Amino acid sequence: MTHDGTGSSEPIIETTGLTRDFRVRDGLRRRTVRAVDDLTLRVSPGEAVGYIGANGAGKSTTIKMLTGILVPTSGEVRTCGCRPVPDRRRLAGEVGVVFGQRSQLWWDLPVRESFSLLAAIHRRPPADARARTDELVERLEMAEILGTPVRQLSLGQRMRAEVAAALLHRPRLVILDEPTIGLDVLSKQRLREFLVEERATHGTTLLLTTHDMGDVERLCDRVVLVDRGRLVFDGDLAGLGRTVGAERVLVVDLAEPVADLTDVPDTRHLGSEGHGLRQRLAFDAQRTTAARVLAAVSTRVEVVDLSVEEPRVEDVVRKVYAARR
Amino acid sequence: MRSPVGTYLRLVRAGFREQSAYLLAAFGGLVANATFGLLKVAILFATVRAAGGELRGYDLAEMSAYIWLSQGLLGSVNLTGRTDMADRVRTGDVAVDFLRPLDVQAAAVATDTGRRLFALLPRGVPSVVIGALLVGMSTPGSAWTYLLGAVSVLLGIVLSCACVYLLAVVGFWIVETRGLQILYMVASGFLAGLFVPISLFPDWLHAVAVSTPFPSMMMYPVDLLSGRVEGLPALLLVAQQAAWLAAAAVLGQVLTRAGRRRLEVQGG
Repeated sequence: MTHDGTGSSEPIIETTGLTRDFRVRDGLRRRTVRAVDDLTLRVSPGEAVGYIGANGAGKSTTIKMLTGILVPTSGEVRTCGCRPVPDRRRLAGEVGVVFGQRSQLWWDLPVRESFSLLAAIHRRPPADARARTDELVERLEMAEILGTPVRQLSLGQRMRAEVAAALLHRPRLVILDEPTIGLDVLSKQRLREFLVEERATHGTTLLLTTHDMGDVERLCDRVVLVDRGRLVFDGDLAGLGRTVGAERVLVVDLAEPVADLTDVPDTRHLGSEGHGLRQRLAFDAQRTTAARVLAAVSTRVEVVDLSVEEPRVEDVVRKVYAARR
Repeated sequence: MRSPVGTYLRLVRAGFREQSAYLLAAFGGLVANATFGLLKVAILFATVRAAGGELRGYDLAEMSAYIWLSQGLLGSVNLTGRTDMADRVRTGDVAVDFLRPLDVQAAAVATDTGRRLFALLPRGVPSVVIGALLVGMSTPGSAWTYLLGAVSVLLGIVLSCACVYLLAVVGFWIVETRGLQILYMVASGFLAGLFVPISLFPDWLHAVAVSTPFPSMMMYPVDLLSGRVEGLPALLLVAQQAAWLAAAAVLGQVLTRAGRRRLEVQGG
């Protein structure tokens, strides 16, 4: 039995040399694509890990091997102390998974019915199932949608229901695959707040894949970055920021055209449109904040509108890759 | 603590309730059932009359019972080969099924059975009533016949769900199973006795039919419910249905297990 660095407990996820190949038909020829390549990863209970990488980097494949859906080509994997494929049904009780693009709810039944079915499937004691459902309904603000058939929910409502469905059986490990994809800003915000709370109350371990750096910044204390199936970074967000200098961009719409704002402290002027009516300023979130940049701009000219562009995961991946070479 | 059987029964109920969302479609199906029932009446009655009022043990009343019972079962016995499960394998949604502490095959068959049982209400029973009122049919005398008939209908429905599940998991090997479904539809309808009773088949074709599971899905339940087969032979037919179901269940376990190694979840 192995222990993590602190010696406190057994890892909740442990992979050694985990590899998965797919055979792809390319015209008439078949070739092999390595989706996950020699991945060695250890996650301790209570951690919140952002698992990021571009499309096709192997994130979903990894998750499917961790949860016993896909059989690894080679390597070792242990999740919650189980071997995912042979112990699939036991593991299902320990893990809650949300696939942002797939539903685990019963499309034609009211949300309430999906919850009670899942409680029955996980064979939860009725009193516990009721208490947990009430808790999730309250915290995810779902009271008014409980009687609605799933097919009639908005995407934001459905994602909240999906998250609740995955957490109903009190899993120790929650895996979220693109949980905020397609959500508007407000829905994203609510979901993130809920997840932070859930972790704080129940000590749940979180592994999430995302294309949204905002998710990682607000939810995760550790970032694992993969590219073409290989692990290229494993550390905290500040470390990732140092590696790539992940910049955010403040876009300001001004009341009148002005010369390029090249003298705002801690920012880099990226460009102007409409004779200086809209200007784009890059800043490093480690060194300053959007509010400070905005305040600095406001002393020079009246700002009528603004938006903040988060660094895209693709850019971060590209930069990490460039930095490695 | 509930027993695991209770969990699968919940899935049967869920399937039943899901299907109740499609009541209008079910009534559309009823209209089609009744229309084709009348067509079968025209053709098969003419055949019986041409044979001198009796054909291989069928008189007009018994033929009518066959027609309306088989039409009534058409909404509940899956002879189309199409399933929700086939779509789930094709789109990769089957990944979600593997995340549950359930046997994937049993869960799929249970849910499908629930959906198909529901069809007995808007399609099955009304078809039989329409036939009885419009055409008239023979009815069996004893409660025993109804009881055994009900068991046989249930076995037929579950067996059909278990067999189309097999088609669905072939999707682990080949991405597109629609061609297979069409082949299944043609063979199963014919051999299950949907178009004519299988005892009207020439001997060699009858021998082919009874060596497949298809008569167990529709022909035998109809034979039992109509009282055409009674006593020990009836029990033997039910035993045969149960044997086919057991075989389909075992094959399903094997294919699901082997297929998992092949699973390459579609669509990421």
